[in-house]
Amino acid sequence: MYYQPVIGLEVHVELKTKSKMFCTCSAIYFGQKPNTQTCPVCLGLPGALPVPNKQAIEWCMLIGMSLHCEIPFLAKFDRKNYFYPDLAKGYQISQYDEPFCQSGYMVLSSGKRIGIRRAHMEEDTGKLLHETVDGKKVSLIDFNRSGVPLVEIVTEPHFTNAVEVKEYLQKLQQIVRYLAVANADMEKGEMRLEPNISLRKMGETELPGYKVEVKNINSFSFVEKAITFEIARQAKLLDTDTLPVQETRGWDEDQKLTVSQRNKEEAADYRYFPEPDIPPFVWEKTYIEQVRKQLPELPEAKQKRFNATYSLPGYNAEILTRERTVADYFEEAVKIGKIHAIEAKKIANWMINKKIDIETVLPATLIKEIKSVEVVEELPEDTLKKIINNVIDSHGKVVTDYRNGKENALMFLVGQVMKEVKGKAKAETVREALINLLK
Amino acid sequence: MDFTRLTIAQVRKKLDRKEISSVELTKAYLERIGKLDRKLNAYITVTEKEALHTAKKADEKIAQGDASPLLGIPFSAKDMYLTKGIRTTAGSKVLENYIPQYSATVLEKMEHAGAVLVGKNNQDAWAHGASGEHSDFGPTKNPWNLAYIPGGSSSGPAVSVAADLASFAIATDTGGSIRQPASLCGITGLKPTYGRVSRYGVVAMASSFDTMGHFTRSVEDSALILSVTAGYDEHDATSSEKPVPHYASELKKNIKGLKIGMPKEYFTSGLDSNVSKTVKTAMHKLEELGAEIIPISLPHTQYGVGVYYILQTAEVSSNLARYDGIRYGNNRETFGDEAKRRIMLGTFVLAHGYYDAYYKRAMKIRTLIRQDFDIAFRKVDAIACPVSPTPAWKIGEKVSDPLAMYLADIFTVTANIAGIPGLAIPAGFAMGMPVGMQLLGPQFSEDILFRIGHQYQLTTDWHTRKPDLPV
Amino acid sequence: MKFDVIHIAKLANLPLTEKEVTTFEEQLSGILEYVTELQTVDVSDVGETAQVTGLTNRSRSDRVEDSLSQEEVTSQTSCTYNGLFKVKAIFA
Repeated sequence: MYYQPVIGLEVHVELKTKSKMFCTCSAIYFGQKPNTQTCPVCLGLPGALPVPNKQAIEWCMLIGMSLHCEIPFLAKFDRKNYFYPDLAKGYQISQYDEPFCQSGYMVLSSGKRIGIRRAHMEEDTGKLLHETVDGKKVSLIDFNRSGVPLVEIVTEPHFTNAVEVKEYLQKLQQIVRYLAVANADMEKGEMRLEPNISLRKMGETELPGYKVEVKNINSFSFVEKAITFEIARQAKLLDTDTLPVQETRGWDEDQKLTVSQRNKEEAADYRYFPEPDIPPFVWEKTYIEQVRKQLPELPEAKQKRFNATYSLPGYNAEILTRERTVADYFEEAVKIGKIHAIEAKKIANWMINKKIDIETVLPATLIKEIKSVEVVEELPEDTLKKIINNVIDSHGKVVTDYRNGKENALMFLVGQVMKEVKGKAKAETVREALINLLK
Repeated sequence: MDFTRLTIAQVRKKLDRKEISSVELTKAYLERIGKLDRKLNAYITVTEKEALHTAKKADEKIAQGDASPLLGIPFSAKDMYLTKGIRTTAGSKVLENYIPQYSATVLEKMEHAGAVLVGKNNQDAWAHGASGEHSDFGPTKNPWNLAYIPGGSSSGPAVSVAADLASFAIATDTGGSIRQPASLCGITGLKPTYGRVSRYGVVAMASSFDTMGHFTRSVEDSALILSVTAGYDEHDATSSEKPVPHYASELKKNIKGLKIGMPKEYFTSGLDSNVSKTVKTAMHKLEELGAEIIPISLPHTQYGVGVYYILQTAEVSSNLARYDGIRYGNNRETFGDEAKRRIMLGTFVLAHGYYDAYYKRAMKIRTLIRQDFDIAFRKVDAIACPVSPTPAWKIGEKVSDPLAMYLADIFTVTANIAGIPGLAIPAGFAMGMPVGMQLLGPQFSEDILFRIGHQYQLTTDWHTRKPDLPV
Repeated sequence: MKFDVIHIAKLANLPLTEKEVTTFEEQLSGILEYVTELQTVDVSDVGETAQVTGLTNRSRSDRVEDSLSQEEVTSQTSCTYNGLFKVKAIFA
């Protein structure tokens, strides 16, 4: 029998705000001494009250906007009630029916659109460690992580295979990093994924009558393996006319399989209700637009622009825009390169093929390197002088600017000459000649 | 002279004129507590050492000419208010050994004002109750008759003011927990507008109803306390930024021409006839003082208790979830019966399949009750009505019938449902027990309520009556 | 309507004795019966009130202030280990 997988995803992304979601404790908990970054609010002491972090809310909106979400004019926080030792208050402040962002989408490279149901704001829990103390198995709790802002992004069940899921996740990670709102390091738990998987017969359009949620996935390769495993497991069951059980399973990387984590308790009943301690949010249109203005150029747009502006082949543009810092480095190098008549394409090739370490090599140094290996076939001196004079004649205003002390003007003129000589002169020579002629 | 009987306004003069020191005054209260509290049980913790230390510092400031209104004045606090380093129990065994790591904003304001905390008051555990009998530290007795309940949940704070065991007491009112015991003990009790006073650092009962008010011997004192406790707090996102009026000058204005509504739904068959008569007499007094009494209707009043016991218990069930015995306090088995009942009722109304029929519907009727008041306040400046349908009852009378106990809140819950202020003032006696009148006004109209209450107290002496207590 | 005490107590994480179950069932069923009078109110076209302040958009700027010390945090229980809170093993 042939089946079509129906896969949806819930992703939690920890924001890198300075302080926590509802209190002023530091949100940077990694490697800190246990229980040193808590206060009455995030420790759930009696009488403590939450006050939301504005930065976190704006960043949640930016994530939503990057995923083409609507930003509703009304939003509120709700309490999600459940008991777990790492949940200090016995409830998590989350958003139920009025999230900050809803109804968005992401387009995969195939052109397929993955619907985003919502992106909402909530708080992280404390961290549990399982150890043996005095010969007894115990669980230990550190509340430093309690209250760190989390954005949960929920997709529609639009994925049909693990490859799509992986692409979505990589793109999502890239976007939040571009926005500079999260590190999204999966190994550190800064980005957590929970796919839900079910199968239906080919040609059917209704959602299957069950779904299996898989937890415990902390890398992109695990998610691929876990989904592939689940699809095979469920198909086998369906082949024998057995409907897979609706449950939560965990990925076991050692055994390369998913294991049922279903406890015997009844289905969760979170008893959501509006958070009485936090007034609702009513956004002005102007405010939403003001937040939208903070959106940087996102990877997809940047790639397109690199393609068009620098005539880079698609593949190169994609590599150079994977990380915002690399893209910025490239553009800085292009700017310097222009003066030396070094083409953007050449710079791109250098960066990619020679695997330039952008942390240690300055863009100017890179240009120098490229230039040093270039043999410049120089124009005769009088031809060059003629070109320079032409440039001077046709840029009267710039010349005046230069004479009035604007150094940039000189750079501009050098650039203009270099364009004319098409690489057949050294920038220093041109620069010196210009200075002499403009004396 | 017994200085413990004086109002804050009166004792302030004595302190400033050095007729008495804060240390002497504090000792006088501590001594009275020592003599009487074994019978009354108004205190869970007496903070003698800390009090004397604070009083000494206050005397130094007074000597330097500081005449801040609360400087050196001994007060007590309901055990819902967190006090850093001083045990805070909320009246429950769950917190019997809890020493808070921080203090409530109101307590910090009191400390800043130089007021002297003499102790933490008994109360119904978690502020659940209308009689004081649900305290895990034993019931508090009504000073007017020790066989009677003092009302609740702020039983201890009310009794500590009524029996002169503190100059004033700060407390909480979620469904009537200040106004009702004030009425039953013959003192003045204020429930401010929701958001007027910070809730930070006070054990949460039902967060969208909880208000931080106080008990005093006069309306004048009540206004004085509110001018210290009111105001925006960055730790409480629901606290108001509205400026705090100058209450002291507002209350001096007469009430000629003020329109006071008399809601017919508050004077029905469920109301004790003696209480009805007493409140009507008091309203007649207001008329004599120049106010106009206007009949009004608050048609959804009868649904108040139902709405309240759905929404309040839902919030209670969530607010008490943090008490798991891991970080502080004892485990969940230690909750008393009333807390368990409310947690379960609240869990039920939020549970899958019941939310719409109970919780959501109650939120809608909450809207209707608010609208009743909005409409009424277009016609009148304030409302006068009874606080409690009966005077104090005998200890044990209602303790095994939770519903009967809930119905004692019928005239007080509506103010919490709507978030409006309420002032309870002594209006007379019925069968030897005190009876209060309740004044309600629009949000942030405490100034008007104080004005009516103060003008009433200028021409009556019910608020100066004291129970006979063997010292 | 009968109040399902056992199911609700489990949701509420409340350990109850058998006697409590019986008492609460009777008491809570009585209270539920009392609140059924709310079902008679016409609430069509009525909005919900969750809060009464009318306030909106309350937030704070992203600023860090001092936290409590580990000693203060762990001072209220004896079940600690190396500055961590200790509970019985969650996965037995």
